[in-house]
Amino acid sequence: MNEAPLSLEALRAGDRAEFARMVAQYSPQVYRLGLKITADEQDAEDVLQETFVRAMKALPGFEGRSSLATWLFRIATNEALMVLRRKKPQVTLVEETGDADEEEGVPHPQQIVDWCCLPEAEMLSSETKAEMDRAAAGLSPALRSVFVLRDLQGLSVRETAEVLGVAEAVVKTRLVRARLKLREALSAYFGERMQKVSADEE
Amino acid sequence: MKNKGHCEDLLASLSDYVDGTLDGQLCEALEQHLQSCHNCTVVVNTLRRTVELYQQEEPDAMPEAVHQRLLHRLQLDDFLHEG
Repeated sequence: MNEAPLSLEALRAGDRAEFARMVAQYSPQVYRLGLKITADEQDAEDVLQETFVRAMKALPGFEGRSSLATWLFRIATNEALMVLRRKKPQVTLVEETGDADEEEGVPHPQQIVDWCCLPEAEMLSSETKAEMDRAAAGLSPALRSVFVLRDLQGLSVRETAEVLGVAEAVVKTRLVRARLKLREALSAYFGERMQKVSADEE
Repeated sequence: MKNKGHCEDLLASLSDYVDGTLDGQLCEALEQHLQSCHNCTVVVNTLRRTVELYQQEEPDAMPEAVHQRLLHRLQLDDFLHEG
């Protein structure tokens, strides 16, 4: 992006044109974040709108201790998690008390299938993409938010920790758990695909 | 997995390993173990591939209508075709 960097001063002063530039710059990422955490297009749109409405109100008091991106992602992630909580109050309640995810330790791999040799076209098919989305949506909110920020939004471990307001060690633990669970789901899926591919060849 | 205790210890460090941020000594221990443990090698390779697939995924584009409704909600309709 060759555009001039956003002026915090103008944003704090309520400059509409500068706010519109901020929306143009960050709305695609905020939308994707909402979509991947909530796994629902309407919820993602609500998250998107609420994030910028809240940002507009809060900007005058924004001190710039974190970057603008980190700050926006924090608002968006909290909104998305709130949407999930509203939808499934009973599930998230359990998780809030101590986060069962971290007490279980690291899941032991069950699927030992080497699917790395599958043709590239197989891995990039729309069916595979749908399976990847399903697998990610199957993660608990705590694991999913870490995975989305780190692996889909491309934030570093430190930035992810900053957005979520947790220690880096917590991010690392959740990340390895999330990735191993996704590996498990994709291995089950690709294992079946490999059987089909070899059956077709016979 | 043959050497179950050892494999479990290594599992926790796999994320750092595929990111290339694992501490040198641990990394050496892991690579040594991988030479003799076929199952762990499969887990590492498929874990790396899993992470790559997600990281390289084409981001879903934000629909134009969603963009329009966002600007409308923010009373920024006049900036619709800029930027």
